[in-house]
Amino acid sequence: MAEAFDLKQDLKYVGTRPVRPDGVDKVTGRAQYGADHNLPNMIYGKVLRSPHAHARITAIDTSAAEALPGVLAVVTGADFPTAASGEIGGESGGDVADVAKNVMARDKVLYHGHAVAAVAAKSTAIAEQALALIVVDYEPLTPVMSIDQAIANGAPILDEQCFTKGLPEQPSEPSNIAMTMTMPRGEIEEGFAAADVIVEGEFNVPMAHQGYIEPHACTANTNESGEVTVWCCTQAPFEFRNMTAKILGKRVGDIKVVSTEIGGGFGGKTVVYLEPLAALLSQKSRRPVKMTMSREEVFRATGPTSGTKIKARLGAKNDGTFVAAEATLWYEAGAFAGAPVGPGCMSMLAPYQIPNFKLTGYDVRVNKPKVAAYRAPGAPQSMHAFECLVDELAQKLDVDPIDLRLHNVAEEGTQAPYGPKFGPIGMRACLEAAKAHPNYTKPLDAGVGRGVSAAFWFNIGGESSAEVHVNEDGTVTILEGNPDIGGSRASMCLMAAETLGVEYDNVKALITDTQTGGYTMVTGGSRTTFATGMAVVKACEDVIAQCRARAAATWELDIDQVAWEDGHAVPAPGVNADVAPLSLKEIAGNTARTGGPLLGRASLNAAGAGPSFAVNIAELRADRETGSLEVLSFTGFQDAGKAIHPDYVEGQIQGGAVQGIGWALNEEYIYGEDGVMQNAGFLDYRIPVASDLPMIDAVIIEVPNPNHPYGVRGVGETGIVGPLAAMANAASRALGFRVNDLPLSPPRVLEAIEAHD
Amino acid sequence: MARVTLPQSLTALTGGQQTVELVAADYRGLLRALEARFPGCREPLEALAVAIDGTIYQTPFLESLDPDSDVHFLPRIEGG
Repeated sequence: MAEAFDLKQDLKYVGTRPVRPDGVDKVTGRAQYGADHNLPNMIYGKVLRSPHAHARITAIDTSAAEALPGVLAVVTGADFPTAASGEIGGESGGDVADVAKNVMARDKVLYHGHAVAAVAAKSTAIAEQALALIVVDYEPLTPVMSIDQAIANGAPILDEQCFTKGLPEQPSEPSNIAMTMTMPRGEIEEGFAAADVIVEGEFNVPMAHQGYIEPHACTANTNESGEVTVWCCTQAPFEFRNMTAKILGKRVGDIKVVSTEIGGGFGGKTVVYLEPLAALLSQKSRRPVKMTMSREEVFRATGPTSGTKIKARLGAKNDGTFVAAEATLWYEAGAFAGAPVGPGCMSMLAPYQIPNFKLTGYDVRVNKPKVAAYRAPGAPQSMHAFECLVDELAQKLDVDPIDLRLHNVAEEGTQAPYGPKFGPIGMRACLEAAKAHPNYTKPLDAGVGRGVSAAFWFNIGGESSAEVHVNEDGTVTILEGNPDIGGSRASMCLMAAETLGVEYDNVKALITDTQTGGYTMVTGGSRTTFATGMAVVKACEDVIAQCRARAAATWELDIDQVAWEDGHAVPAPGVNADVAPLSLKEIAGNTARTGGPLLGRASLNAAGAGPSFAVNIAELRADRETGSLEVLSFTGFQDAGKAIHPDYVEGQIQGGAVQGIGWALNEEYIYGEDGVMQNAGFLDYRIPVASDLPMIDAVIIEVPNPNHPYGVRGVGETGIVGPLAAMANAASRALGFRVNDLPLSPPRVLEAIEAHD
Repeated sequence: MARVTLPQSLTALTGGQQTVELVAADYRGLLRALEARFPGCREPLEALAVAIDGTIYQTPFLESLDPDSDVHFLPRIEGG
């Protein structure tokens, strides 16, 4: 069961802002990223990718490539075992059979850029030359490039074995709709009949990429016994190990994944692309194989997040009370099933109390890359639609948009739209902080609009392991399995220092590989500080218990007669013993006499993750001649539960805001009718750069999560959820009319201005 | 009795019923009781997360229930 903690008070280290332990290596270039790992006799792998968005593969001839001097291995789908269908452990993997077919196409290519063959050669130039010699015969098929095309009667079917799940009866015909779900509550028609005001609209949000700066990269070495070591940039080394094992038909214990430093992931580095290819090429060539993606490959062949189409309506009384909501949500899954429409539906209404609603979601397959997780997967799109309607309602009722939200706010005890009742949550606290903030109260210049949105994300827990080693001089080493993306090493050190009662500078955190550390789920889902942090705290408590036992033995007392205070073993209150306190350092320096090295361990499956709520305020100036929107200020208020290292929490709020602003203003996958992405590079796929934006103001709200010893919730994802609607709502007020679809790029906004004016 | 809310997708198996009240000491007992009442529902339910009295368990198995627990089955939640 989820454990309820007495939250620790009078904190000495938790909540402080020490210098990040990995900072110097990163800014001096010493840190080793995915592409930096080299081995003797290493060769280079490259991937041949489909020129068609949808086609049947009728034949592949690799003989000319194999004959090219310098080529040491060629693989196609025929070289892979058939992976059995089944869920991969952990998260974000999906069905292993689909992941395998995404790594390397078998009989069909399902998107432009889908891998059809791979080559390993003595140089990348030779490998690329060899790719050109591979002859693939395709039977091109009509690509399905949009939700409307995919769900139309008579649409080309991507997969004849795909039958819609979630219907009352098993369908007899295959479909591009992989799954449907419905979330009802109350009486929807009666709810709308009781409404005085109804607002509604259709909202389209484009497919967008995480835009991590480091492209995917790995080096794999398969030895003569078939054992594989993979060095790669990943959020999920243990899941990468499991996926690679299943795709290659190997035992999990025969694969070791070593995570390098990572230049961003945001959910996109939770699934394998190159790793099984590099391992198989290494096995065939008997050489270590390095593979790196170009930026173009990252766009064309890795997982962005879903493009969506959402029709929604909201009914309210004249006093602003929400009485009914209804929405139909279509999410693009890309080539294989698995769009985040479930969390999209579940999060859409979460900030509010609404007695009657009905949400219907569809997971839609299209000839685009299979989507992957992206910060709070599914929530930004659905909450964009609903938060726009809330703002529309505020404008119609002529009420303050924060007051309207406060009037309907979800509180502790409110039944969440997805079922359970909320525990302590911070939605009201975020709204109240936003309403009182100068960025909300200051007067606006002419032509400037201010927009508000609320946001929500579940956060998750899950399995984590940690070891805490106490060295003979009292310094402490933490071993844990989560790659450090957002500052987790510092957070682990702070929680360990606080729990043990030792100086922060005496604690170091190291990231294990998959053979030297215990299983730990992905760095994602905003889970690391919560779940792995809980494992670290419990491992420290294991150390403390051992220290108390050793002090008790030294003092010839029972362990119950020894307490732990501020880094020392001391006689428990009421125990009359004439002994001097023993510090951790003193106990660690005498371990040979008291039972051997001090090593604390913990492994757990953390339940009780605390939901996170946020509010965003955006301020925009609209240029009516060019259609461009200038961001004048942007403020994020987010409930962290407890900020272990506030700098990193503010960084997560700022990072999420910037990605959400980019998605709102410019980012989108643009496809031609041929199914080929036309903007597969950062020149044409426009993410925000520093000069585009003001400093993002981050305000941390702390409503502690009772299921973590320090009250942690999780902060990595909620920050991206709100900006889409905050920007759209600010734009609607700056322009004087609403543009429902994103991105609010200059061409779209200018067209809307011209149509409106 | 525990009050259990089932997903809408299982209403074909439950005769349209989405909320039931059952006596069960723990998650596994709950699944057995649900399968006895609605044959065929156990396998799809095992693929879901469950919320017991407000706490979500992504991979439930050993969790106990109080006599008046509030139980909801819901899709497993991922993250990025």
